[in-house]
Amino acid sequence: MTDTVLQLANVNKYFGGSKAPMLHAVRDVSLDIKSGEIIALLGSSGCGKTTTLRMIAGFEQVSSGRIDLGGRAIHDQPPGKRGVAMAFEGYSLYPPLTVRENIGFALKSSRLVKSQQQQQIDDIAHLLEIQAIMGRYPSSISAGQQQRVSLGRALIRRAAVTLLDEPMGQLEPQLRAVLRGRLKKYLREHGMTTVLVTHDQTEANALADRIAVMEGGVIHQFASPAELKHRPATRFVAGFIGEPPMTLFNAEFAPTHSAPGQFAASQGQTGRAGGNGCDIILTDSEKKIRFAATGLSDAVTQRLLALGTATIGIRPHDVRLSQVPGPGPGSEQGENSAAEFPLTAAITANQWLGDQTHLALSLDGLPLVAVVHRPFHQAVGARISLSLAADKLHIFDLATERAVLHHGVWVS
Amino acid sequence: MGGGAILRYSLHRLAILLVVVFFLFPIFWIALMSLQTNESILRIPPSMVFTPIFDNYQALITGKLITQAGSLDLPFMKNLFNSFFLSAASVAVALILGVPAAYAFARFKFRLGENIAFTLLSFRFAPPLLVLLPLSLIYQTIGLDNSYVGLIWVYQLICLPLILWVVRSYFEDISPEIEHAYRIAGHNWGQSFLRIAIPLARPGIAAAGLLAFIFAWNNFVFALILASADKQPVTVGALAFVTASGIQYGQIAAAIILSILPTLLLALYAQRYLVEGLSLGAVKG
Repeated sequence: MTDTVLQLANVNKYFGGSKAPMLHAVRDVSLDIKSGEIIALLGSSGCGKTTTLRMIAGFEQVSSGRIDLGGRAIHDQPPGKRGVAMAFEGYSLYPPLTVRENIGFALKSSRLVKSQQQQQIDDIAHLLEIQAIMGRYPSSISAGQQQRVSLGRALIRRAAVTLLDEPMGQLEPQLRAVLRGRLKKYLREHGMTTVLVTHDQTEANALADRIAVMEGGVIHQFASPAELKHRPATRFVAGFIGEPPMTLFNAEFAPTHSAPGQFAASQGQTGRAGGNGCDIILTDSEKKIRFAATGLSDAVTQRLLALGTATIGIRPHDVRLSQVPGPGPGSEQGENSAAEFPLTAAITANQWLGDQTHLALSLDGLPLVAVVHRPFHQAVGARISLSLAADKLHIFDLATERAVLHHGVWVS
Repeated sequence: MGGGAILRYSLHRLAILLVVVFFLFPIFWIALMSLQTNESILRIPPSMVFTPIFDNYQALITGKLITQAGSLDLPFMKNLFNSFFLSAASVAVALILGVPAAYAFARFKFRLGENIAFTLLSFRFAPPLLVLLPLSLIYQTIGLDNSYVGLIWVYQLICLPLILWVVRSYFEDISPEIEHAYRIAGHNWGQSFLRIAIPLARPGIAAAGLLAFIFAWNNFVFALILASADKQPVTVGALAFVTASGIQYGQIAAAIILSILPTLLLALYAQRYLVEGLSLGAVKG
């Protein structure tokens, strides 16, 4: 495997003095970034992602911990000596220089001959579609153009590490999609190690090899986009990643043989009495909803029963909806249908997005989001039958909020 | 253009004309006075019809004032030089001290920073007489009275706060990220201050320097108390025209015209910087 190029070890940042900190903005962040790897720091505003980036650049002091670049401690060095390039969120172009001069600024001190410099600048201009404005001044171009120039100025340096702070926030969606692909190709071709800060998961997924999901100054999970989606490490990651994200419920687990009436379940179907099964009871609804956890191994079932309570999550794509309209309140439904789709929910919103339908559902007052890849012709207010398959669930410990089960496989 | 628009345009022009006449008439009148004898100035009723004479300017430039009571030495040209030297040197010192200080106040948060900045500003609204008596005693003790150094020092009370606060706001308007971009490209903090921050704030620095020069030029009371004849600027030197044989209105008027000229020329020269400073807002985008 390639070596670690950039390493953050137990980095902390306090604002307002370390003795009586007003804000602990970055908490014990550790990251190992390999040579040529593109990573994203993903999170909402104020999660510490930009502060982390600025500490790598050298514009914020590290309160404790260390940052190594190529085996050399850089956290005590001034920004100019760190050998990193950065594209700023506020563009920060040099006002008296033209776009071409701004992009070529870093090349002036390089040993490249003039024609090579011009070639590199032209390549960057072509990459970012700014050929037409190369002679203009920053004050006369749009925010989106300024952002691309700022990106170009950082890319052309091909530094040991390139830092990109929301590099495409101002661009139009179509252009953004095109540039993402080109940017990734450029970074790959030149083997550029890159740290990207963004709050846009689509951007992070498209560009990054690995994504660090941050919240409250803590990295919740640092993993590939697929891993974040399929095996979210914490409840926060589960509720953050995905478009739309996972629906989360508080739940209890009870052995199947306990009498259903005991819980006064409003709906649902318990498993076979006398079996070794386990029922899941959603506890936050107006009346408790109870359904059988099927498809789990005996060992997993036993561990769930031992756990007792947990947060359960289901991806919108994993909610199974019955094709036929569900029963009205109070009406009986067929035995077979009830076994396959034991739950009934009311539709509160139905949005067809052109290639998929987002359904907002109310499960006796509990909000649930489902996605199906076809137009769904039920009106708002209609009731539909559905099932939450236990082997599709993500289960999180209530106290630690860490994942214990993904898709029927216990997290070791 | 409709009739209403023409009327509005004309009224607008008329209003501007009234304002210009109101402000420029005294200067125009003084220019007329400077070309007349005392008798012609003081006749009742006043008239704009007279034979222009240049005796007043001649007296000022040669330094000899001839009155009925006899000949009197006028150190006016020396005063003019003093004004120029004191103002220029004070502004230079204030820029050297004030621009880096303004940058520090704009960019860095430090203990008591705001208090120090406010204390410096408070020099502007404390009456000069408050400090003059103790200051003149101290200056006499340490030998700074009647010296250029002492005057330039005390002129910092006028120039430094002005430059500090005006330039500070210009630095605050420049995004620190522009300097960050320059520093991360391999330059140190000092280079980014000299090569990025100062050039971008240049219109503000020019405007503040010009204002400080004018305020220093117009100062009267510090120089009146702390300087004797050979170090006095024109503002104080003008007192010499109140002679035993009466007030020399003609010479006073000529002296005013001559002493307006340097600041007027400076303002005309610096005007393009001032306009640049105002348009910087559009540049920031």
